[in-house]
Amino acid sequence: MALLQIAEPGESTAPHQHRLAAGIDLGTTNSLVASVRNGVPVVLNDEHGRALLPSVVRYLADGSTVIGHAARAAQALDPRNTIASVKRFMGRGIADVAHVESMPYVFEDAPGMVRLRTAQGVKSPVEVSADILRALRERAEASLGGPLTGAVITVPAYFDDAQRQATKDAARLAGLDVLRLLNEPTAAAIAYGLDNASEGIYAVYDLGGGTFDISILKLSRGVFEVLATSGDAALGGDDFDHRVYCWLIEASRIGPPSLEDMRTLYMEARRAKEALSAADDVHVGLKLSSGDEIDVRLTREAFAAMTKTLVDKTLVPTRKALRDAGLSVEDVKGVVMVGGATRMPQVQRAVGEFFGQVPLTNLDPDKVVAIGAAIQANVLAGNRAAGEDWLLLDVIPLSLGLETMGGLVEKIIPRNSTIPTARAQEFTTYRDGQTAMAIHVLQGERERVSDCRSLARFELRGIPPMVAGAARIRVAFQVDADGLLAVSARELGTGIEARIEVKPSYGLGDDEVARMLRDGFDHVQDDIAARALAEQKVDATRLIDATQTALAADGDLLDGAERAAVDAAVRALAEVVEGDDTAALRAAVEMLGRATDEFAARRMNRGIQRALAGRSIESL
Amino acid sequence: MTPDPTASGLPDVELFSRDHFELFALPRRFVIDDRSLESRYHELQSSVHPDRHASSPEAERRLSMQWSTRINEAYRLLRTPLSRARYLLELDGIDVAAENNTAMPADFLMQQMEWREALDEARDARDAGALDELARMLRHARRDAEELLVRQLDTEHDTVGAAATVRRMMFIARLDEDIAEAHETLDN
Repeated sequence: MALLQIAEPGESTAPHQHRLAAGIDLGTTNSLVASVRNGVPVVLNDEHGRALLPSVVRYLADGSTVIGHAARAAQALDPRNTIASVKRFMGRGIADVAHVESMPYVFEDAPGMVRLRTAQGVKSPVEVSADILRALRERAEASLGGPLTGAVITVPAYFDDAQRQATKDAARLAGLDVLRLLNEPTAAAIAYGLDNASEGIYAVYDLGGGTFDISILKLSRGVFEVLATSGDAALGGDDFDHRVYCWLIEASRIGPPSLEDMRTLYMEARRAKEALSAADDVHVGLKLSSGDEIDVRLTREAFAAMTKTLVDKTLVPTRKALRDAGLSVEDVKGVVMVGGATRMPQVQRAVGEFFGQVPLTNLDPDKVVAIGAAIQANVLAGNRAAGEDWLLLDVIPLSLGLETMGGLVEKIIPRNSTIPTARAQEFTTYRDGQTAMAIHVLQGERERVSDCRSLARFELRGIPPMVAGAARIRVAFQVDADGLLAVSARELGTGIEARIEVKPSYGLGDDEVARMLRDGFDHVQDDIAARALAEQKVDATRLIDATQTALAADGDLLDGAERAAVDAAVRALAEVVEGDDTAALRAAVEMLGRATDEFAARRMNRGIQRALAGRSIESL
Repeated sequence: MTPDPTASGLPDVELFSRDHFELFALPRRFVIDDRSLESRYHELQSSVHPDRHASSPEAERRLSMQWSTRINEAYRLLRTPLSRARYLLELDGIDVAAENNTAMPADFLMQQMEWREALDEARDARDAGALDELARMLRHARRDAEELLVRQLDTEHDTVGAAATVRRMMFIARLDEDIAEAHETLDN
């Protein structure tokens, strides 16, 4: 059972328990977890008082797994089995990953997503990410004193469907109930906007370890509306390290380094980069295992010069986002800097010059995303405080479309559409008697199929034979509030319906996740069944709470008999929630769900009518 | 036990199938008060958005997504003058795109060709300034067309004339997209 927490006066509207929720920033270089405690969002530290968890996982041959600082320290010692920057591989095939040649890992190309061979066998990036998330979940639960109701996980705004799906799969694998996938710059905007009571157009420039995002938001009266977002899912601080690494090898005139030396050089490159944020120059001196000696000095100017193309590369999506938003630089009231890489002076200078104003750095660029995620998680878990009525309206970063004749892409949902969104388009057959149609779902901006990312393929079968062009096939796209897509297709022409639903999964199939959960059970000693029961109880309690809150607010929408049915279902669930009967619990949850379906619809209508109350059609 | 699909878990038909203007309680006309539109959009989303129903039962979350999608769609169509005009004509039973074969006036066809040539030249010369200049001219043309639509749609109820104006604006919008694309090519 979750521990009851005592709410601060005025913190919560209903006398139900405060639900434990966390915001997780799953970063390329570092990850963090934060939560709202006593109404204040705080980053949760580890037992040594450290906020950042290095996103590094080491798999040892004895079956143990080391995560975080200790793993990072072992990078040069055991480079093959110590996985860093795994975020770059999420939802990606090997061909998509840059600098593979200077990575110490043994890659295996698998359909959809690359895999890594380690001392503990082949690992999917989803599993590696799940290990990081599990460590953060454990930290949060120890710190908050109970199981989490759910978590908000942040993703780069420019992540495509495959990368988002992979992230959600990783969270599931880590035993987290994902309340929402939240775009990182949007999370930062929430933290910043609520902290500063800002109004107007803001740009969030988010340069992380491996990804770059730029989002243009309009903040007005508690509404955070993303107008446009753009970015580069493979550009970040790591690329700056890579430039320094290449320079170190060149300047020292050494041959190709061993795996161990490669790691050492990368760590030195990163150290030099970080030092140059404060110092004008930095000395790199070390002896490699090969016997080669490095003894060079790097100045801030030289560092800025060798990374200028990288900084310039961030301004391309920045211009694009402004154009998409229909705005110019002068419209932007403030520029919020997010991500550790924005500490580099040349980045701040370039962004300042571009926008013609000094960027805002008053919030810790490493923590602001996790803080925003925690605020959102708290609200989504049902702990919305009285008067806390801000709203977030986000967009999809990339257009979604279908393959048509000639290898061309027909866009169905354009980029920067506000989510959730749905669009449908009708297609027809091109051959007489054609009874099946191949549907190929793509994401990207380019015209040709080969230049876009393939998300899913499926076939609609059972189309009645007709002459070419007579069938009418309606393909519908629905993007939910997590930015995830579902596609369905049906034949309308004859009234005969064939229908299929797909969830593009570049991540993992449900059975693959199930297998991993079982494998995890074998050696991690995490009692899956007990955990599932605990989660169900949390869900059931949440459902009872939500129903009672709804009844208190809108009980008058039900007549006596309807009310009695709902009350009975609530009582039935309340009875089994204390027990350990998983099946009975599930049945009672389902029954309460059914008993409240119609109530939910009426409440939704009332909400809409209230929103428009007193707004009879008026003339202007 | 199977739930009755007609009885529950579906959006209210009357409310859901209102036209976009009714949904936002705005008069059905081309001239619109942008601030009212935006504030109603925000109010409606504040009520139905999935973030407001995240800890609710499955049926309510599904309804919330349907409603939120519906309101986003309505807002998208009402927000920009071109899509709003097209939608108004659609409510009058006129599908602007279907009548795409209607001949454009000769002077507009000439104008189109000049703009296209200007775009090609700017692209070939990699001249961002020329692209901006063309974009500025298009802005003027768009504003003129919008003013014409106010008269045609709200005063004279000249749907045939309005459809022709909308088609002009569609051409301008396509050219705008091509300019943005040319900018992107220059950027890269």
